[in-house]
Amino acid sequence: MPETVQLTVTRYRPEQESAPTVQTYEVPYRKDWVVLDALNYIKDRLDGTLTYRWSCRMGVCGSCGMMVNGEAKLTCATFLSHYQRGPIRVEPLTYFPIIRDLVVDITDFLHKLKQVKPWIVRREEKPLAEGLSSVRPGSGQALLGTGEYRQTPEQLELYKQFSMCINCMLCYAACPVYGLEPSFLGPAVLALAQRYNHDSRDQAATERLERCSEHDGIWQCTFVGECSKACPKNVDPAGAIQQFKLAGTLHWFQSLLLPWGTK
Amino acid sequence: MRRGLTPLLWTLFSAGGTLAAFLYPIHLFLTGLAFPLGWLEPPSHEFALSLLRHPLTRVYFFGLISLPLFHWAHRFRYTLYDGLMLKHLTIPIVIFCYGGALVGSLAAAYLLWTLP
Amino acid sequence: MTTGPAYTSHHPRWYRRRVSVWWWLESWRYAKFVLRELTSLAVAFFAVLALFKIRAIAAGPEAYARFLERLQNPVFLLLNGVAFLFVLYHAITWFNLAPKAMTIRVRGVRVPDWAIQAGNYLAWLVVSAMAVWVLRRG
Repeated sequence: MPETVQLTVTRYRPEQESAPTVQTYEVPYRKDWVVLDALNYIKDRLDGTLTYRWSCRMGVCGSCGMMVNGEAKLTCATFLSHYQRGPIRVEPLTYFPIIRDLVVDITDFLHKLKQVKPWIVRREEKPLAEGLSSVRPGSGQALLGTGEYRQTPEQLELYKQFSMCINCMLCYAACPVYGLEPSFLGPAVLALAQRYNHDSRDQAATERLERCSEHDGIWQCTFVGECSKACPKNVDPAGAIQQFKLAGTLHWFQSLLLPWGTK
Repeated sequence: MRRGLTPLLWTLFSAGGTLAAFLYPIHLFLTGLAFPLGWLEPPSHEFALSLLRHPLTRVYFFGLISLPLFHWAHRFRYTLYDGLMLKHLTIPIVIFCYGGALVGSLAAAYLLWTLP
Repeated sequence: MTTGPAYTSHHPRWYRRRVSVWWWLESWRYAKFVLRELTSLAVAFFAVLALFKIRAIAAGPEAYARFLERLQNPVFLLLNGVAFLFVLYHAITWFNLAPKAMTIRVRGVRVPDWAIQAGNYLAWLVVSAMAVWVLRRG
């Protein structure tokens, strides 16, 4: 087993250069280390100026997404042992503008996410206080809209997979359509829209469908499928988008042939 | 909600792709390889014509030709947009692709309608 | 391009990487995707071939015989062989990806992807066999 491994890391310091450069570091090779450990070693011992994002170090916060040997990965979940010989190339997430070193700007994603209303939308809410008195006698079942929502495991299963998204944006880095068409809403945004569309408590599926059927939405997707391969949480955004296309198409035909039937 | 024609085009793409996936391999294998190479005896002209004359066969071949052409049109359009970054040539590309599929479909309809 | 420090009025200049027109050659995964998309050309090729075949049948026995003979030309055999491989690739990728768009639930449980794929392949075999049977009757 080698003692050390080389990391070639992108550096970009806008105050002193106009384009990114590459810097090589030699870090200890430990069987149980991940790339994030190597980056932290560099920052602690070798070069304190290296800038990068990380937080939970256990694959749930979505902060540490970077390109490792050309593939979008969570650096806290990518083991050095996977790349024994090295050198390991660490670059900022593709298709995003670089702010400094390995840090990219993600405001585009956040702006798009807001547009699909990733929260439960109800036509009217009833306050919680009403809830307890609205129990149907004998059944123990609370009525919908009384502040308390009941959901069966089957109803949960309909959207649970899409709710696993940690907004790490590895899918955007893997999606060539996002690279070619910057206006594209993108895999995570569309998967999160679906997460709420399929939630039994939500009532805005049609509204989201209309937003996502615009020129920058689901119809931009050509089902490359790389987003689902890159996703560390098995959200399967590609599947979410194809289902969205089918739903959008059925809705389109329905509104064409039976205009009175659509809400 | 009549947001553009994309859902309709996607339907044609999907239908054409499904037909092509199920039926093109065997048809291309027979017509392009098995018959010319003598692995199987091609149908006689008499049989081919009588088979083709049947209304169901005419509908079958119309669908078999037209829908996959629209599948090609939709897919190739996006291949040109993304693969060769030709999105700025949208209008000529759309005319070439869907227009081409339309011409092919009309040709198929004409040939199948006017069989002797 | 400036060589000195880069600033906009509000923050240091972000670096935007350009996407090359050869992006699809950068990884084998992207290349496979473009190959899959290019299968549409083979699909269009057979549609046109079928059109010519129907025209030949309609034009009479000599035209039909000439058409069959022309297909024996090695250039056509090569073309047809390549097109066949592409059409096969289209079929395989289509059947494998179909379950992503269709979520079928039986009594609340989602039918697994492999079951839908297996169904597709089975139907493919049956349909192909039927086509051969119909065409072989003459």
